Amino acid sequence: MTVLLDPTSERSPTIRPRLPRPERLDGLTIGILDIAKSRGDVFLHRLGERIGERGIAVKHYAKPTNTRVAPLPLRQQIAAEVDLVIEGLSD
Amino acid sequence: MASDLPRDGLVAVVKRDCPTCVLAAPVLGDLARAAGLTVYTQDDPSFPETVPRRIDDTALDVSHRLKIEIVPTLIRFAQGREVDRTYGWDRGEWERLTGVAGLGRDLPEARPGCGAKNVEPGVIERLKIRFNETGLRSRRIEIGEDEDEQEAMFARGWSDGLPLVPPTEERVLHMLDGTSRDPQEVLGLVPPALAAATVEKIAINAVMAGCKPEYLPVVLAAVEAVLEESFAMHGVLATTMFVGPVLIVNGPVRRRIGMNAKGNALGQGNRANAAIGRALQLVIRNIGEGRPQEVDRAALGNPGKLSYCFAEDEEGSSWEPLSDERGLKPGQSAVTVFAGYGLQGIVDQKSRDPESLAKSFAGSLKALSNVKHAPSCDALLVVCPEHHRTFKNAGWSKARLYEALYRLCEIPAADLVAGAGGIAEGGPAALAGRTVNKFRPGGLMIVRAGGDAGMFSGIIGGWSAGGPRSSLPVTKEVRN
Repeated sequence: MTVLLDPTSERSPTIRPRLPRPERLDGLTIGILDIAKSRGDVFLHRLGERIGERGIAVKHYAKPTNTRVAPLPLRQQIAAEVDLVIEGLSD
Repeated sequence: MASDLPRDGLVAVVKRDCPTCVLAAPVLGDLARAAGLTVYTQDDPSFPETVPRRIDDTALDVSHRLKIEIVPTLIRFAQGREVDRTYGWDRGEWERLTGVAGLGRDLPEARPGCGAKNVEPGVIERLKIRFNETGLRSRRIEIGEDEDEQEAMFARGWSDGLPLVPPTEERVLHMLDGTSRDPQEVLGLVPPALAAATVEKIAINAVMAGCKPEYLPVVLAAVEAVLEESFAMHGVLATTMFVGPVLIVNGPVRRRIGMNAKGNALGQGNRANAAIGRALQLVIRNIGEGRPQEVDRAALGNPGKLSYCFAEDEEGSSWEPLSDERGLKPGQSAVTVFAGYGLQGIVDQKSRDPESLAKSFAGSLKALSNVKHAPSCDALLVVCPEHHRTFKNAGWSKARLYEALYRLCEIPAADLVAGAGGIAEGGPAALAGRTVNKFRPGGLMIVRAGGDAGMFSGIIGGWSAGGPRSSLPVTKEVRN
């Protein structure tokens, strides 16, 4: 294992914290990512409808296959277009 | 380890790679028979064949504990304590220490030893880390086996955008060899976080920037300089304007560490120039938490905010170096920091007398920041050798050039008022009728740098409203 010396003022934790969750969803765009698990699309489509009924913008995305990580262009597109992502992780 | 050492008796530390150890090997055999001797071998456990009681110290733990610097070293222990030590081969010393007479009759009287393996660069650092003797206080960050070091450093926000040298404990210890200053000495508080700049933290950032240990004193002087109140580092960082610290190095340290003051002095390709300027920027970023789009509000910034550091070409100059002009003694090494940006070229291939060339310089200087601005920002004029030659041959001192440039930079205020020349930018109408200088008194600095061919000098612009109201250049001596 490599050990590095911290070059910073050490005022932050060594492990980067996750971004804080937004307090409200108003005005944000939510991405819904279908990872291509069977019938995930049905569940996620309904979820999108329910969120849309609350007046929140929704964009749908899909991975080509659940067996591989999302292709880079798709990840970049999602990062550029939405504020939050919901993805279904299993059947 | 230490328990292997005899309570009473003789110990020798040797290596096969040392000709003096090889020379003394028969004597070591004689001592083993006559007085009892334990030999620790640093490189080849089968050496010396003359001694039965050999102990493998290729891990160098015992050598490190005994603080061996030279091999062979001969030590006498009594009641568990070292009572006597000698090194190299010296018959008289060995006989005195061992109490055995007639040692090595066939050998020369004395031979100096060789450097011990445990103090070799790279080795001593690993031993200090293993024995927890580094004294380094910074937090240790463990990088996972499968994690890419570069990606881990980028992810933590340590980088200026380019790859970094991973700051391992070995590298940081080696870097600290470059200075005699205490690693815990605080040079100041780095804005905007106002976190303490210890020599150790600066050394870590110097490692990441690609510095060699011998560059560290220059980096330390540069950090001290930007942390002087008059430089106003917080403002230099936080401004929406272009500036960052520009470093000009003077004195013997330039050549010692191989800085470039000649062709492409302000460009790429020289490790010292590039790494020293980069180290200062990483100190601001990592210790001070000064990052773009956070407290660094620069609208455009400038490429020199990665690194902007060069040496003055003092050799062959008829002018005093910048550091002399700023109060240091001739021959002292120094760093001057200037809040500046970019380079505006002055191309003049026809002026052959100093009057014409000074006018050429002044014309270009007057365009700085905005042609309608005066007094404007400070400026650093970098005079190339071919232009300098014109002044030198005409007997113009640097002071005379300063005087001429200030005089030539007087501008009729009518040209500067808002709306003049169809440009809305400009000063109040009340100025009309007066004359205004482009520069505040002392707002110009002149240095000499560049390749021998090419009549191309340059202007490094400063921060608008230069001077005591914003940032003043600061010069610090480089201390080892």
